[in-house]
Amino acid sequence: MTNPSHPIANQPDSQVKPTWLQPLLMLAPAGVWLALLLVVPTLLIFELSLVPGIRPGQVVNPSGLDNYLRIVQPDYFPVLGRSLFFSIGTTLACLILGFPVAYWIALKVPHRWQNLVLLGFVLPLWTSSLLRSYAWITILRPTGVLNTILSKIGIPPLDILNRESAVLIGMTYSMLPYMVLILYAALEKLDRQLLEAASDLGATPPQAFWKVTVPQSLTGIAAGSLLVFITSMGDFVNPEILGGASSMTVARLIYNQFLGATQNWGFGSALSMVLILVVSIAIALLLKYGDRSAAGGV
Amino acid sequence: MPEKPVAKPAFSFPWLAVVSVLLFGFMYLPILVLAFYSFNDSRYSTGWKGFTWKWYVAFLNDSRILTALANSLIVAFFAVGIAAVIGTLMAVGLSRYRFPGKRVYQGVAYLPLIIPDIAIAVATLVFLAAVAIPASGGLIQLSLGTIISAHVVFCLSYIAIVVSTRLTNLNPHLEEAALDLGATPSQALVQVLLPELTPAIISGCLLAFVLSLDDFLIASFTAGGGSSTLPMEIFSRIRTGVKPDINALSVILILSTGFLFALAEYLRYRGEQKRLGN
Repeated sequence: MTNPSHPIANQPDSQVKPTWLQPLLMLAPAGVWLALLLVVPTLLIFELSLVPGIRPGQVVNPSGLDNYLRIVQPDYFPVLGRSLFFSIGTTLACLILGFPVAYWIALKVPHRWQNLVLLGFVLPLWTSSLLRSYAWITILRPTGVLNTILSKIGIPPLDILNRESAVLIGMTYSMLPYMVLILYAALEKLDRQLLEAASDLGATPPQAFWKVTVPQSLTGIAAGSLLVFITSMGDFVNPEILGGASSMTVARLIYNQFLGATQNWGFGSALSMVLILVVSIAIALLLKYGDRSAAGGV
Repeated sequence: MPEKPVAKPAFSFPWLAVVSVLLFGFMYLPILVLAFYSFNDSRYSTGWKGFTWKWYVAFLNDSRILTALANSLIVAFFAVGIAAVIGTLMAVGLSRYRFPGKRVYQGVAYLPLIIPDIAIAVATLVFLAAVAIPASGGLIQLSLGTIISAHVVFCLSYIAIVVSTRLTNLNPHLEEAALDLGATPSQALVQVLLPELTPAIISGCLLAFVLSLDDFLIASFTAGGGSSTLPMEIFSRIRTGVKPDINALSVILILSTGFLFALAEYLRYRGEQKRLGN
């Protein structure tokens, strides 16, 4: 979320006479830190991604696009596809589930209680992400909470854990608060008089919803969807803990190239670059279509 | 704006409230399940087998997890401390000065808010292993220190964004007045601007602290062999199976992060009330 420049309002520039020393003292420490530990490393993995089959300690010698071509080969292409499937599925699920909640908080809950209700909804976000995923194991495993309840009411047990549906549940659970926060920010600004006008002019509630509410909250919908998509693309914890061996995603594949048995830094770097590229495209869309205040809504 | 919802809203059916309440249940279900099993006197059973404190006792006597917890707290404390200073300076500097390349600086500064953790983790590991460690002649080693330096990067972004939000809402004339009354620029900064920013800095720090405590990926990539943080320890235990002492740990962690979050929100709320009162 880049913050477009916001000079302090009403402050003539002549009031502050920037010598080179003061700005340098303020901006250099963070700048050096970011350059050394963010910019240089990112450039480095780009360089490394061009080296096929590199292992720790080898000399960097850029030679080609082998690692990138490897991603689109039949062994690995489905992994990228599955990551996209999880991210898009999570985005849609969060949108469908999050919209009623955000709408309810923004338009039905009395104004003075809105912040508290919203806070209550996003509070679980602040607990350990690993432990929240782990809790879903307890719920979804074959002898877990869900199947115990199902068997009590006579429904045959569901085998969900270590499958794609478990990953989707876990990811939706993790991302839903973000979606609700952003949709709430958009819906709260909704012009209620337009809804009244629509209904006075004879629109049915569904008509008013699709012709007034949805168009007015479109920036929030776009911002929320892209944020959830971005976060889901990089999610490692949910697929790893809930997905079992079948749910390999880009993030898990990257992890394996560095900390797993595979140890192929060049390929792992190429995968990271692809992940950054996909996310950057999404950010470009977010900046183009999303509302800035909604995007920074966390 | 009317205090109450309009008389004829688009959807006046109760299903909206019902769906919302169900989803509140969905959000709290995993946490309640963890809490339930942390007091359940059976290692494997799904049903209730009686109340026990033994998982909490087991957790408190588990030196590996306590060491990991101490490591996590050390990392979070130092990372947030460093990030608070340089992040606040950066936010103030960015709000105040125009210079060539400012947009690039800003873009980079807030990049960690969006780039996936796994990509940051990979890049940091490659940099440390391929450049920093050889260049320093092995003086830099993967350790708590390298985790801290990696955590500073994202803590910095979060603190700076909270502080810069506060800066845009600030009365610009206070600092001018101080300067007009003869304060040096650094006096004006420390005695006038800093107190105004303190609530934002504190809530930014609490946010960064919670994120640092929760980080699994960046820590595992930059930790090296010897030291592990709490999420790394939790991860390796989850991989080996479901254990009730993790439930006890979850409840303790959830209560303490919940407390930190409530504190952060309270401080932000009080800061806003103060601003509205001015």
